[in-house]
Amino acid sequence: MAVTDTGVRGPTRARIEAKTLRTDRWWLSPLLTFLVFSAFVVYATWRAFVGADYYASPYLSPFYSPCLTDSCTEGSSDFGQPFSWWQLSPALLILIFPLGFRMTCYYYRKAYYRAFWLSPPACAVAEPHKGYSGETRFPLILQNLHRWFWYAAVVVAAILTYDVVLAFRDEHHEWGHMGLGTVLMAINVVLIWLYTVSCHSCRHAVGGRLRHFSKHPVRYKMWTWVSKQNAHHAKYAWYSLFSVALVDLYIMLVANGTIDDLRFF
Amino acid sequence: MAYQLKLRIWRGDKDGGEIKDYPVEVSEGEVVLDAIHRVQGTQAGDLAVRWNCKAGKCGSCSAEVNGKPRLMCMCRLSDFAEDETITVTPMRTFPVIRDLVTDVSYNYEKAKELPSAELGPRDADGKRRMAQIDVERGQEFRKCIECFLCQNTCHVVRDHEDNKSAFAGPRFFLRYAELDMHPLDTHDRRALAQEAAGIGMCNITKCCTEVCPEHIKITDNAIIPMKERVADRKFDPLVWLGNKIGIRTKDYDGRTEV
Repeated sequence: MAVTDTGVRGPTRARIEAKTLRTDRWWLSPLLTFLVFSAFVVYATWRAFVGADYYASPYLSPFYSPCLTDSCTEGSSDFGQPFSWWQLSPALLILIFPLGFRMTCYYYRKAYYRAFWLSPPACAVAEPHKGYSGETRFPLILQNLHRWFWYAAVVVAAILTYDVVLAFRDEHHEWGHMGLGTVLMAINVVLIWLYTVSCHSCRHAVGGRLRHFSKHPVRYKMWTWVSKQNAHHAKYAWYSLFSVALVDLYIMLVANGTIDDLRFF
Repeated sequence: MAYQLKLRIWRGDKDGGEIKDYPVEVSEGEVVLDAIHRVQGTQAGDLAVRWNCKAGKCGSCSAEVNGKPRLMCMCRLSDFAEDETITVTPMRTFPVIRDLVTDVSYNYEKAKELPSAELGPRDADGKRRMAQIDVERGQEFRKCIECFLCQNTCHVVRDHEDNKSAFAGPRFFLRYAELDMHPLDTHDRRALAQEAAGIGMCNITKCCTEVCPEHIKITDNAIIPMKERVADRKFDPLVWLGNKIGIRTKDYDGRTEV
């Protein structure tokens, strides 16, 4: 036994060699989280840097919305191209906001601290690190900026909603049409909104910060509703992660001609 | 239906110890604490175990069953296969005294550091009034039975003894949140929660919530709201700007920082 150990094998604790006596498959959940998140990160990084096949009129991939640089595919810039000086992929300009929102999200923090940093890997399973300062120092103290990314995420969700409206057109931008892409984008934006409004910072902002619910009946009602959604925050985090990748994949396959968009009308 | 349970118990004290086998006959419907008592009554009269109500309300019989922090009185044997070995050890975050009994004074020291409620003046008729919906929010936190399983499972102190001086732990963040949400309390505990209690050390991995026998949503309803309140005070430029230009938040009017 390491005498300098300050954890469960420390000098005052019950002398038990094993770092955990758990007999269940405690490693399964962090392993799955690690694999799925890693797969998403690899896919999203590739798609963000590739700078191609993100627009199949009228569908714009959520990774590239809004498309704000002059390298944007024709027809994809619904908000102009104010960042014409930007030389890299247009996705990199805007992905920082949803990425920052998810990286500082209270649920994702739990998931990646456990799965990637093993801090701890699971409850009552000793972590491998010698020291620990939590979120008190740079860079992790920046997790406190979550609410700022939430404000940005509301704007991003609004833009994605606008994209869904635009998706009720055909490839020639005639209104009153709908395809499988429209359906996927609509489902995605509902999940994105559910994830955004169920956020803990949202819950705090709408009413959680109050001491007297009785003096703010409307905010109390909003807080009650957001609290109900907040209980599903982890679920929405996963679903919206899958849906955003699926929409991007579908649009990529349509854009590069691998498949044709299924048009309903 | 009685069967022979393969029970293992950690026996020892601060100088050392080991996990020993205590095969014992148990019956359907029994809990781990029943098996421990039978071992104490028939095989190991000197087995030290702390217990009281046997109903999950006193918070005394906290231990670790197959590595998981549990109340022994609420841990049903029917949750395990009859041929499964059950290993019971003391809580591994606190100094061991003997066998299954640990010294939990760390928690009482942390409780002393937390200023109690300081109510404002009474109404003109000598009464104090709180609206029901303002009181309800804190009721969840008052279900805490102080079993300290959350403190035991929290890796901040479980895996880092040196953090104990700077970190109050989930049970006390529950208390901080309850008082900060109290409609009549006059203290502002946000600075204290951040500095003395070390709420920034918590990385919200939710183990406290997972082990709570009262099913209190410690992380979602107490720690995260408290972290957000600290962010209001310290990390929100909008709040800072509002204070500068006179559009102040009124949430903390009448409260004094402690």
